[in-house]
Amino acid sequence: MWVLTMEPNQNPYLVLVLLAAAAVVFALTPLLAAWAWARFFSPQKPGQDKNDTYECGLKSSGDAWIHFRSEYYLYGIIFLVFDVETIFLLPFAVSFTGLTVGAFVAMIIFLVLLVEGLVWAWRKGFLTWR
Amino acid sequence: MIDEGLKSELQKQGVYVTSLQELYNWGRANSVWPLTFGLACCAIEMMAASMSRFDLARFGAEVFRPSPRQADLMIVAGTVTKKMAPLVVRLYNQMPEPKYVIAMGACAISGGPFKQGYNVLKGIDRYLPVDVAIPGCPPRPEALIHAIMTLQEKIRNQKLTGPDRPRHLNADVEGEYPVPAYGKHDLEPPKNPELWQPPTMTRT
Repeated sequence: MWVLTMEPNQNPYLVLVLLAAAAVVFALTPLLAAWAWARFFSPQKPGQDKNDTYECGLKSSGDAWIHFRSEYYLYGIIFLVFDVETIFLLPFAVSFTGLTVGAFVAMIIFLVLLVEGLVWAWRKGFLTWR
Repeated sequence: MIDEGLKSELQKQGVYVTSLQELYNWGRANSVWPLTFGLACCAIEMMAASMSRFDLARFGAEVFRPSPRQADLMIVAGTVTKKMAPLVVRLYNQMPEPKYVIAMGACAISGGPFKQGYNVLKGIDRYLPVDVAIPGCPPRPEALIHAIMTLQEKIRNQKLTGPDRPRHLNADVEGEYPVPAYGKHDLEPPKNPELWQPPTMTRT
């Protein structure tokens, strides 16, 4: 049995080097085996359809490198802002009668800030789907 | 090649011999991966066959692959319309070798009850080489399991050399079949004459 042990005059990093080498071999062996199998044994019959892009049987049309419009992203951001707002609104409504005036004013400022953001987005025309 | 009699004699003594061909075919037959591909109501029976009650997994064929790149069995489960036929053929072309086709149900075989429909393909064997055909409308899951077993039997008995060797080892067999195009009244061509050669009926 071969055991990794520390000799007194041995470089302490030798074990790490050995383990790293083992890791590389461990990762490369299946990759190389798969490559060798594909290279020497797999029956290859390439063709026009087989090498084509897979599109559920349909012929692929157009280019993959097209511009996506980022309209929905703005909707998503505005929705998220008001989604978070509801989390604050619910406890606010529950404890409404027991709140101090300062807390009430702080909440109103928070709401006004968010509504201001909505008004800004509205005036910029983000809510109109083009 | 070892003699069959000697083989069974050895087996009685506890010595098992096999050939590379048997081993290879045994592996191939027990790892048939079908394509997730349903066209009509037969697909419901196909789903049932892969679920726990009928348990297609016992035959190594439960791994339905959603991409033809990973599948090697196409179960044509249902009515093939003329609109769908080019897609079916293209999906078959995109499957890697070796590949097999099961025509499941009356519709896939001949058009079935919808044979008179103007838009129904009268059997997928006009375009694809069908290995096993299952009659029924729809066939029960047991029938599909029987078809898989029949296909396994076929794979197991294939010789790896000689003129009857499987298609993936034979460079002359085509890997792709021509995809029909939408014509004015019918698919063009309406059939693959190299594949579809029905016996001519003569009336006396």
